[in-house]
Amino acid sequence: MSTWIPESASNLAASVDNITLFVTIVSVFFFVLISAVLVAFSIKYRRKSEDQETAYITHNPVIETIWTIIPTILLMVIFAWGWIAFKELRNPPAEAIEVNVVAKQWLWEFEYFTGKKSLNELFVQQNKPVRLIMRSDDVIHSFFVPQFRVKQDILPGSYQQLWFTPTKVGTFDLLCAEYCGSGHSKMLAKVNVLSPEAFARWEKGDELEDGPALAAISVSPVERGKDLYSQRGCLACHSVDGKEVIGPTFKNLYGKTEKLADGSSVLVDENYLRESIYEPQAKMVAGYAPTMPSFKGILSEDEVTALIEYIKTLK
Amino acid sequence: MANGVMTQTQHIPYLAQKGLKSWILTTDHKRIGILYLVTISFFFMIAGLTALGMRYELMTPELDFFRTATEYNVAFTLHGSLMVFFFIVPGIAASFGNFLIPLMIGARDVAFPRINLLSFWIYLVGTAILLSALAQPADTGWTFYTPYSIQTGTKVIMITLGVFVLGFSSILTGMNFIVTIHKLRAPGMTWSRLPLFIWASYATAILQLLATPVVGITLLLLIAERAFDIGFFDPAKGGDPILFQNFFWFYSHPAVYIMVIPAFGIISEIIPVFARKPIFGYKAIAYSSFAIAIISFFVWLHHMFVSGISETAAAIFSFLTMLVAIPTAVKVFNWTATLYKGSIDFHSSMLYALSFIVLFTVGGLTGVYLGALAVDVHLHDTYFIVAHMHYVMIGGTVMGFFGALHFWYQKWFGKVFDELTAKIAWFLIFVGFNVTFFPQFFMGFQGMPRRYATYPEEYISYHALSTYGSWILGLGVLIMTVNLLIPLWKEGRPESSNPYGSLSLEWQVPSPPPHENFDEIPTVTDWTYAYGKK
Repeated sequence: MSTWIPESASNLAASVDNITLFVTIVSVFFFVLISAVLVAFSIKYRRKSEDQETAYITHNPVIETIWTIIPTILLMVIFAWGWIAFKELRNPPAEAIEVNVVAKQWLWEFEYFTGKKSLNELFVQQNKPVRLIMRSDDVIHSFFVPQFRVKQDILPGSYQQLWFTPTKVGTFDLLCAEYCGSGHSKMLAKVNVLSPEAFARWEKGDELEDGPALAAISVSPVERGKDLYSQRGCLACHSVDGKEVIGPTFKNLYGKTEKLADGSSVLVDENYLRESIYEPQAKMVAGYAPTMPSFKGILSEDEVTALIEYIKTLK
Repeated sequence: MANGVMTQTQHIPYLAQKGLKSWILTTDHKRIGILYLVTISFFFMIAGLTALGMRYELMTPELDFFRTATEYNVAFTLHGSLMVFFFIVPGIAASFGNFLIPLMIGARDVAFPRINLLSFWIYLVGTAILLSALAQPADTGWTFYTPYSIQTGTKVIMITLGVFVLGFSSILTGMNFIVTIHKLRAPGMTWSRLPLFIWASYATAILQLLATPVVGITLLLLIAERAFDIGFFDPAKGGDPILFQNFFWFYSHPAVYIMVIPAFGIISEIIPVFARKPIFGYKAIAYSSFAIAIISFFVWLHHMFVSGISETAAAIFSFLTMLVAIPTAVKVFNWTATLYKGSIDFHSSMLYALSFIVLFTVGGLTGVYLGALAVDVHLHDTYFIVAHMHYVMIGGTVMGFFGALHFWYQKWFGKVFDELTAKIAWFLIFVGFNVTFFPQFFMGFQGMPRRYATYPEEYISYHALSTYGSWILGLGVLIMTVNLLIPLWKEGRPESSNPYGSLSLEWQVPSPPPHENFDEIPTVTDWTYAYGKK
């Protein structure tokens, strides 16, 4: 590990580090410049006698313009570069593997596509992009892995996403970066980056054990979502095959842009689906009657997450 | 530069009257300034001690000084909220602002002396409410982020109510100073002749007036949510936690400039006097204070780049954040250029001013890292932020404050401190500060999150170094304080009423000044910085 910056272990680390290096060069240059000038002036113009000659200089438009323009240019370069890299950080590739993350005081739960769950240990495969869909059960937490250069606050009441492609096999610290109470500094977990072979073995459950409290649940979220779809009555109004019943069909719903009754439009993502289950009338799709009841208190956050996972498979 | 200046023996100094009543009912801006100075210094000491406690705890990775993590969390909450709301926000603006503004513009007092006293009383009520909460203080951090601040079992209401009440003091003081600067300038004291401390105080007063109500309302909503269960911010009750962050930073970002702009003003006063040079680029410094004040209202989202805001919002606010860096950089260049071809005397206050330039430059440059979106993602909520913020707040504001204490000490109190001891204290403070906070930049790069009562082993050497630094810093502040307190109990007066050869009006009256400041209101014939003019 270098003393300056932690090891880089994700696809995103290099571009972040390049900007950091550039900002560091600029900063060191200006710091040395100002300090050197300050010290040089302090020595050269120190008061040697009470009647020492001084110059009456009040301003100088040329030099003032120069030292306004140069920092402006450098700052604009830093801004643009930072923004470009930020766009990469914020936009996961379509093929990313999804993992549901629940942060709560003071632990981390991970649920994988296969229905596997793990506690305080996230398992990912080397060189495969991962997209985390994260929610909090209580207060704000923040997912932070220094070696990946990623961080995202996790809020109660909505989903936040974060993605990365781990590039190095190993175990990395996952830290909670948003203060969340007395257990905050103990809200630590591990990210295990496994080679494709090891990951396949782990998926089959050969080698690694799940947390004892969670081992009992092994139905995948999609399966649970499918059950909920019929048990909780969604099917009465929403088809899965594209037929129009009472509400919009679930087929091809995820990722679509819907026109709303008020003329605006909305992208159907995890947060929109969650909101429409808990508060159906908040953003009504044009052409439908506001008849759906709220499922607040009927479907838990976990069940909503599972339902959304199911809806996402309906293509 | 000024006519009609009185001689030293003619009048009774403003400090002559004794007794409690002469203080608690005073409407003299110089005395009210002292009342603020004593109160903010008291909170600075308390908050400083909690910081030493936190640093001592962090010597080792495990809990060993505090009994529980909650005690540590309470300590950093107290440290942050006392330092921010009770020391640094009222800080220079209320203490030196009160003392200096009327003297510098050639007035007998502020525009509304009774409202000025009222501001102080409101400030005291706020502090009393806060002190009553100290028995069981909050553990939310000074930012009171929801929904944690709604769900925690510790007492949040009293501390936020204290801050709410303080806000009114801030608003009234800001209003008072704006009117004073507009209406009470002496004949000939045009806007382009004003000392830069006045320009800075004016910019600060506008921020106080416009931004403070927002934090007042926000904290009131928070209290309403806790006390009456109304769901503004907690999603469990249908609220929005990010709304709180928007409200909070809409105040608290401009507040950063409420804290630091007065220090800009102080540095602009000290450097020309001890370099015997006109300030370089007067207009650039004066206007840049305003530019910073205005832009500072539109950068608050840079505290929330990882909170889930949209990409577009993040880009706009990153851009505006870069804009605010430009006038700040220009100021640093101006102060440095003022030294060119000067005659520099290294008085203790000048040492603080020069170290301000160096340390504030570090604070400003590290701010650029945080303004760059992708870099901020990595550094957000780590010790890098802690270090950056302290380089701005201590390296900037506190260095300015200490510099001001040493510069105007003779004028304000009519006493003389020991200069050699002051220089030793400055040296310890400068070294101690850097040893404490510089390693924290590296810790932050490595990924050490802030607000951790315990931490992974790998950060131990940085933390230990930082703790040693805090002892040097603490010792320096102690020596400085004792050195400034001792003369107050001793006989003796300054030999000259203007020992450093300042051209500013406050130095043309006796030390300490008489109650009415000026025998006759002076007529100003040249600008404040005409040093070496032929």
